[in-house]
Amino acid sequence: MATIQIEGVAKSYGAHQVHKALTLSVRHGECFTLLGPSGCGKTVLLRLIAGFETPDAGSIRIGEDCVSDPAAGINISPDSRGLGVVFQDYAVWPHMTVFDNVAYPLKLAKMPKPALRDRVMETIGLVGMTGLEKRMPSELSGGQQQRVALARALSAKPSIMLLDEPLTNLDANLREEMRFEIKELQRKLDITVLYVTHDQEVALAISDRVAIMDDAGQLRQTGSPWEIFERPVDGFVFNFMGIANFMPVRRVGETYLVGKGEQPVPWEKPQGDAPEWVAGFRPSDVRISRTGAGLRGVVKRASFLGAVVDYLVEVDGAWLRTSIETFEAISGAMMFTQGESCVISFNHLLWFDARTLAEVVKA
Amino acid sequence: MNGIVQKSGFGAAQIILGLSIAILVVMVAVPVLLIFFNAFWVHGEFNIRDVIATIREPDTYQALVNSLIIASGTTFGSTVVGTFFAWLVTRTDLPYKPFMKSMFLVPFMLPSFIGALAWKMLLSPRAGFINRFFMTNFGFDGPLFNIYSYAGIIMVEIMYLFPFVFIQVCGALERMDPTLEESARISGAGLFTITRKITIPLVMPSILSGALLIMLYSMAHFGTVAVLGIENGIFNIPTLIYQRIHQSAGSFDSIRTGTVLATVLVVTAAFIIWLQGKILSKGRYQIIAGKSFRPMELKLRALRTPLLVLCIAYIAFTIVLPTVVIFLVGGLKTYGLPFTWENLSLDNYKFILFDYKVTKDAIRNSLALGLGAAFITMFAGVMISYVIVKMKVRGKGILEFLGMLPFSVPGSVIALGVILAWSGKFNINLYNTVWIILVAYIARYMAFSLKANSAALEQVHDSLMEAARACGATMWQTLRDIVLPLVRPGMLAAFFLIFLPSLRELTVSIMLYAPTTRTIGVAIYTLNEDGETVVSAALAGIALILIITGQTLINHFTKTKRV
Amino acid sequence: MSHIRLINVTKRFGSVTAVNALNLEIAKGECFSMLGPSGCGKTTTLRMLAGFEDLTDGEIHVGDRLFSSPRKKFYLPPEKRDFGMVFQAFAVWPHLSVYENVAFPLRIRKFSASEIDRRTKDALHSTNLLAAAKDSPENLSGGGKQRVALARALAINSDVMLLDEPLSSLDPHLREEMRFEIKDLQRAYGFSIIYVTHDQAEAMALSDRILVMKQGEIQQVDTPLNVYNNPANRFVFSFIGLSNFLEVAARDGNLRTCRGDCPLRDALPRKKKQDAPGEGNEPPETLLAAQNFVLASRPSEINFTAEGGLRGIVVRKSFLGEIVDYQIKAGEQTLRVQKGRRAPGPEAGEACGISFLRPFWYAGEK
Repeated sequence: MATIQIEGVAKSYGAHQVHKALTLSVRHGECFTLLGPSGCGKTVLLRLIAGFETPDAGSIRIGEDCVSDPAAGINISPDSRGLGVVFQDYAVWPHMTVFDNVAYPLKLAKMPKPALRDRVMETIGLVGMTGLEKRMPSELSGGQQQRVALARALSAKPSIMLLDEPLTNLDANLREEMRFEIKELQRKLDITVLYVTHDQEVALAISDRVAIMDDAGQLRQTGSPWEIFERPVDGFVFNFMGIANFMPVRRVGETYLVGKGEQPVPWEKPQGDAPEWVAGFRPSDVRISRTGAGLRGVVKRASFLGAVVDYLVEVDGAWLRTSIETFEAISGAMMFTQGESCVISFNHLLWFDARTLAEVVKA
Repeated sequence: MNGIVQKSGFGAAQIILGLSIAILVVMVAVPVLLIFFNAFWVHGEFNIRDVIATIREPDTYQALVNSLIIASGTTFGSTVVGTFFAWLVTRTDLPYKPFMKSMFLVPFMLPSFIGALAWKMLLSPRAGFINRFFMTNFGFDGPLFNIYSYAGIIMVEIMYLFPFVFIQVCGALERMDPTLEESARISGAGLFTITRKITIPLVMPSILSGALLIMLYSMAHFGTVAVLGIENGIFNIPTLIYQRIHQSAGSFDSIRTGTVLATVLVVTAAFIIWLQGKILSKGRYQIIAGKSFRPMELKLRALRTPLLVLCIAYIAFTIVLPTVVIFLVGGLKTYGLPFTWENLSLDNYKFILFDYKVTKDAIRNSLALGLGAAFITMFAGVMISYVIVKMKVRGKGILEFLGMLPFSVPGSVIALGVILAWSGKFNINLYNTVWIILVAYIARYMAFSLKANSAALEQVHDSLMEAARACGATMWQTLRDIVLPLVRPGMLAAFFLIFLPSLRELTVSIMLYAPTTRTIGVAIYTLNEDGETVVSAALAGIALILIITGQTLINHFTKTKRV
Repeated sequence: MSHIRLINVTKRFGSVTAVNALNLEIAKGECFSMLGPSGCGKTTTLRMLAGFEDLTDGEIHVGDRLFSSPRKKFYLPPEKRDFGMVFQAFAVWPHLSVYENVAFPLRIRKFSASEIDRRTKDALHSTNLLAAAKDSPENLSGGGKQRVALARALAINSDVMLLDEPLSSLDPHLREEMRFEIKDLQRAYGFSIIYVTHDQAEAMALSDRILVMKQGEIQQVDTPLNVYNNPANRFVFSFIGLSNFLEVAARDGNLRTCRGDCPLRDALPRKKKQDAPGEGNEPPETLLAAQNFVLASRPSEINFTAEGGLRGIVVRKSFLGEIVDYQIKAGEQTLRVQKGRRAPGPEAGEACGISFLRPFWYAGEK
């Protein structure tokens, strides 16, 4: 079974502790994404799994085999772990042709020539590079180089692939295209993928499951993209996954009032008796209109961005962002200009205790 | 996945590290330590009073002062000349800029002591061609210019050292983001103001770093001072060390004087390098960025032609004239005859190439030494650089420190140290053999190799190696298949960076040669000292041909390779 | 009242025409963006305006002054044009402090010491840099450096501010923030902005008017809303936002898709009286005559229908957080549809119908 099991792994560099006791498991055949802000230690974890770094404590198992366990004196070198690895900077060897790059793992495995040729051409075809196998990497674009790196990692048919921010250096259009391709390959070849990234959109687009890591290297939540986005366990996850509104709410008796004003929250009340609350919601959870029930606010800034119009609205000292599709805004007469008053209502609110949120979301 | 077996990477890293440290200790650290030991340790006791006394002797003191005068003058002059020409070929509409630029780099190839020989022929007070021309034709009472003087030495050194500043400043100006200057222009500043207030300050770190390089070089420079200074009693530190060791045939006192002077040289060099590091780390501005447009060009207008004439005159005067003189004198039957067709022939060249044992030996020795030193140093350099740049292994710090040493030890110090170390002290006596020169060359040129190879290795990102490991390659396979092919250009560069200069090496060889182990440099120098001017000039001509051919081949080779 | 006038401005580099006979009028206080892919000539135009490039032909006037005219052999050098300019790579001088960077244009103009100090502090204050006045700009972040560049351009209180992709070197979050800061500064100082960018959202958010350029030619000059709502041609449509192009053909008076031959009639909105030509149900007559043309639509302006519409199959459905991205195969052509995360939609592999809320019609590409 192509699984990865990480148990209580710890890793420090000098005084800097990256991981304390990390436990994580990647299931057979899934696309698992490790998502976190830069510097959170997600790449370190990938390097621990690949064997480029050795853990201080804990164990790492790939399938049935333990590959790292300092307590038992086990440390399998990276060349014996049988993983495919793709790096952020492509790491395509500049002195070899596309063919030779992809063939290298097979040459090391001493595969006979005819079989090797077939396998290499098949793999090159898989990543859509047929016809370019004689090129040198310097004659390829960034996207093509990353395809070569993918092919190289795939050619020995590993059952597990580790991808370290493979799309970060590509431009936005290519990034979007490649992420679907990676997902397709994973499905077609039925391999287990561990994908490391700081880009929440990529994570949502390609993953079966996502694990969110915070700045201290702690796992906050593991779940399907939908769960992570729609049911965040805390403010950190909520804030990390997209544009997040945090609207302060204070309790006065039985009513909950927004900001510094006197308007009650037009939504279900929070569970708990804290005096200060924060309502969290996405711009798409906000309905903006000219009249009707809801919070009275003022449009402080209207930005027409093409497909959407973005509004910054003030409600009694609380600021919130909402956006509306341009077509909808025009056909529904919702093109607000700066300084106009508006009415705000909600599709959904998440409640956070103001005291816990301060620790979770850094200013 | 049953194939996962633990392999032990026993000791491979430690072996490489140990070997690297051993090479640097034996080749560089021991000779330098022996110099310090000899300077400060007398009869098994630490003795600083003798050291001070030695420095205060009039001769040694004067040599120190001379070194400072010559180095300061050379540095100042070269910086001004180098910066001016660099600015001219990168920021103005001077015609034929690419050609001018390559011409200004030619002095890099020319050995300065050969240049000094040429200038001696041109401007020596009595016999110099130019001086004689003025005295006979214009009735001058004395020489137009006496090259046997501080000014003469400084002038010649400037001619051959200014490219150090020139190339640094050119590079900085070419890489500089043009919008830094454009933003000043849109702020209302004219081009002259921009040059003064923006451009020059921004490249100041490059100017200073080139200047310090020249300072370092000039302090420890033997050839020019030896050729032009000794006549008038102008000694600097390296020439005084040579003179003492040479005259007294290795007496204890002369060796001690030598070691004290060498210590002063090492300390000065270390100080200069420290200063350079400081300037580079503090003042290296991030001025490379952004889209690249052509930088603005200052329209020289009326000055265009005069400045072009100036450049051509400078090139003709400093490059063409001395080279021509060397070849012409090399063709003369006897020194002193006028340059007429009857007096010129290729006999001298034939003689030194085929008949004269001294020069034949010298050419053979230099070629063999150059190839040997370049080969060994290239491989040692790539190994040491690999440990320093790429390996994570305990004890690397020692190697990093040792790796700095070759950069700060001048040639004459290495020669002296090598004499102390390899004249039987450790039961190995290489003195008077060609091997001692080889050892000294390796120590002297290790810095070049480390620099070229480290630069090449820095380009090889860790992920390129890790990708190989992840593909199933062991550490040795990764080295063989990935690292070595990728650093090959760096190794090749190192090879030629060592081979070509060693063909004309003088500073080290002059201290170590024996009658049968002369190098080309030594032969040119000694033949000239012995009054064999035409033979010496002919050999210099041959050396120039060798060097220029080699350099052209490399340029051609590296250019086609890069495409 | 037009303040900046470009008349027939042309720039050729050798045989390549970078800008071809450009005519533009920009009003005082306007924020005018030049938008286009790299190499479209927008930066060259800006650099001609700044005086860094000579014109091959044409004239540039600012106010009542002539700035450039190759025919009249007149060229005002950049240092005499009194523009403020901000560059993509910041171009702040690392050897001068933040204060000295900003004071530089004032010192060049030989203002009195007290005036220099007053204006420098004023510009630093406007850009929130007073606290960093003595620092070296090397120690500032990308956003900080760009503020220094802005303050330096503000110091001389120029009427015209030239901004050359000023936000491209910043990370997306900061880019958005700086966008508003530039807008606020414009409000406070009242200068005109000529803004060059390849980022359409940036141009939309900032500008009063946008010029869309391609290969040195003007494609459209209009307000952001009009550029989005009424793209002048297929290029403008595809350059602004995501786009679908569906090849269609008219056969026997019926519109059908090419490569699959699906009927389109059901998938188009009913024609309303106020529809502009080329919008709404029917493609314009000129295109109908051409037989071969495309239906252009935004992925967000497509609805799913249970029955009717253009029939297709959901090839891929990706949950992207705020939006759900669908790839629909209709015949042999694929379309992209994006819906809000709360909108109902079919699952991957299911058959579905789609209808276009606002189709545009363009000639097919030959």
